[in-house]
Amino acid sequence: MAPGYYTPAFMKPAPFDYHQARSVAEAVAHLGEYGYEAKILAGGQSLVPAMNFRLARPAVLVDINPLDELDYLEEDGDTLRIGAMVRHVTFERPVTEGPTGRLLAMAAHHVGHLPIRVRGTFGGSLAHADPAAEWCVIALLLDAELATRSPSGGRDIPAADFFQTVFTTALEPEELLVEARLPNLAPHTRIGFQQFSRRAGDFALTMAAVALEADDGPVANARIALGGVSDRPVRAGEAEQALEGQPATDESFRAAAEIAAQEFDAIGDIHGSADYRRDLVRALTRRALEQAIST
Amino acid sequence: MTERTRVEVELTVNGRSHRVRVEPRRTLADALRDDCGLTGTHLGCEHGVCGACTILADGEPVRSCLMFAVQCEGMDLRTVEDLADGDRLHPIQQAFWENHGLQCGFCTPGFLMLSAGYLAQNPDPDEEELRAVLSSNLCRCTGYQNILKAVRQAAEVMRG
Repeated sequence: MAPGYYTPAFMKPAPFDYHQARSVAEAVAHLGEYGYEAKILAGGQSLVPAMNFRLARPAVLVDINPLDELDYLEEDGDTLRIGAMVRHVTFERPVTEGPTGRLLAMAAHHVGHLPIRVRGTFGGSLAHADPAAEWCVIALLLDAELATRSPSGGRDIPAADFFQTVFTTALEPEELLVEARLPNLAPHTRIGFQQFSRRAGDFALTMAAVALEADDGPVANARIALGGVSDRPVRAGEAEQALEGQPATDESFRAAAEIAAQEFDAIGDIHGSADYRRDLVRALTRRALEQAIST
Repeated sequence: MTERTRVEVELTVNGRSHRVRVEPRRTLADALRDDCGLTGTHLGCEHGVCGACTILADGEPVRSCLMFAVQCEGMDLRTVEDLADGDRLHPIQQAFWENHGLQCGFCTPGFLMLSAGYLAQNPDPDEEELRAVLSSNLCRCTGYQNILKAVRQAAEVMRG
């Protein structure tokens, strides 16, 4: 096979050293020792394809699959705490009674395919930071806080600061993402999630997630997050503001969707032009808002 | 790049123990085929898209090209070789035969194991969900309709 762009000479990973972490402390110590040379192996559903293509050639893999201490879901007051190693499939049925659990379940069905969801993890998806990943969009929508551990301690990073550009986060090389904290949506919050992809299971060209309150009155606390439009997940802040205090009608939803469509310099690539993506933002935002109000 | 040392791994495949010596970069799919001699698991794309290498790990369908053999010690691994009982086909295999759920057969082991894992947890799937699940794997011969028919029939037979 001729070498070239996306035409690898081998469909096998380059050699690496393998460490199976037996604790978070041990995993973090490995990261401290190897720094940029090391990669964390969580579910592996994005990392291993990249390694098979030799697009990624980490010298060291630190496998955190044995860490049961990172596989938990806890409701802590108004916060849902998600351990980094919780698998996507866990969210297919609502993990909480309120709208947060339902929103996660709506999105979960769009994450890859069943065998991908069985292995892939919530934390792995966030750390990988594909701009069209469902969990990244939801984390931004809910103003999640992402907790890390490192040899020098750890910190909490707001989702808005975490996603920096394509496949790039605020994580330092020696830092391990250990937990996502999702502030639970108020019980009466209405939610919508819409995405478009050319084939089932593909990363979406564009997606829209919305949450708003509108019980017998004007819209309050409107949130709109978009994936696949920019180099990272984004909040449509101008559209959110435009909705605030408006009646929950087709007209105001249409107007907000139009603003969302104009708010970003949408990316264009081989999968869809910038104009096409803007059109998707317009359609998906409107549909997500309608879905939210009708369910 | 220096030669990495091989490590000893004990894989439990279809209830039998296989002691293999592999480099850490050995995918589970390659270990099953080349080290355990179980060539029923097929390799298509080797990057998690086609699903031909789907097997069961602790009862759940996974892409074996996206796992490393060194990760799998202690797991209950099941491959397509585990389905038939001697000459007696598993109900899913029988249903694929009867409904022409294959033509060239390359994707079949993956579809069989995907279906086996899914039906074990969802014995009475609804149509929409079944279609979504079967969209996980690629088949370029059948057009999927006969695969759907086969899995529906298998589900019915297995419910008894």
